[in-house]
Amino acid sequence: MNNENLLTQLTEKYQKAVLGSCDRFGVLEIQVDRATIAEVVKFLRDTPEFSFNMLIDLVSIDYSNYPGWTGDRFSLSYLLKSLLLGHRLQLKTTVPEDEPVVPTISGLYGNADWLEREAYDQMGIRFAQHPNLKRLLNHHEFVGHPLRKDYPITRRQWLSANESLMDEMEVRLKEKGYE
Amino acid sequence: MGVETFPVMTTRKDAVIAWGQKNSLWPMPFGTACCAIEFMGVVSSVFDLARFGAELVRFSPRQSDLLLVAGTVTFKQAPILKQIYEQMCEPKWVISMGVCASAGGFYNNYCTVQGIDQVIPVDVYISGCPPRPEAILQAVMKLQHKIENPNTTPPAQFKVAEPHFDY
Repeated sequence: MNNENLLTQLTEKYQKAVLGSCDRFGVLEIQVDRATIAEVVKFLRDTPEFSFNMLIDLVSIDYSNYPGWTGDRFSLSYLLKSLLLGHRLQLKTTVPEDEPVVPTISGLYGNADWLEREAYDQMGIRFAQHPNLKRLLNHHEFVGHPLRKDYPITRRQWLSANESLMDEMEVRLKEKGYE
Repeated sequence: MGVETFPVMTTRKDAVIAWGQKNSLWPMPFGTACCAIEFMGVVSSVFDLARFGAELVRFSPRQSDLLLVAGTVTFKQAPILKQIYEQMCEPKWVISMGVCASAGGFYNNYCTVQGIDQVIPVDVYISGCPPRPEAILQAVMKLQHKIENPNTTPPAQFKVAEPHFDY
């Protein structure tokens, strides 16, 4: 399915959510409202004409230093691909600074769990109903969100002791039936 | 009397012990990044590290006396490095391999320790990204020289700062 069909079918179903679209080097980018992003992604994954069954990446962007930007401070970009039909799609939502909450898609794709944890860790965007929203790359005593533009890149923070990760281990053990 | 008739050699205890230690440095590669791959090349056949006695690469701090930190150490990894160092028995030496371990390297940012000497005391530093295998062999030889000649403080301009323990 080519980009025009994709866009028309999606706007038929979700008129209020689709805010705009453009073409990024051959990949269609659709701007979606923040509150309905999870439903839109679920719709795209489940309907057979689209069948976007692979989430390639979840990218968070900080527009603080972007020249001439007047919209919300953050933006999330979801890159989807269909392994069955072969097409790609980029969904973008803007996230305001004073309420950086977005519904989670960790129930839809397996890799969304850690991708959203990384977006939380580095940019501070929270994901509602995420099963385990804690830091992924930085250590647990880290204060702040380092990939934001107002975090000085060379501010270092020492760690006194590693966390034991037993909380995640116990969940795994329970899943496998060892407790 | 020559050595043919009376086969005894006299020397100092420290010299014999140092000779034994320097010729049997068993490395523990604390490999976190690309320098670990270069270390694999050094212990392989072309740049053989085994000819210096560093044959048994036991990946256990309790069974080795040379901690070879090869790769970037992040702040998340620093307590782990300290714990591994503390698990080694005396006498122990540390070689910091590559610029990431020596000084933070290419990464002047929020997550990289700017040199492992902020966490553990280091005996020999190797620069390079990654260092040539010959540079690693030279560092092992420098360490051997240091083991043979202990208590020789380097000239004043080469003295490094005391290790800085934050915790």
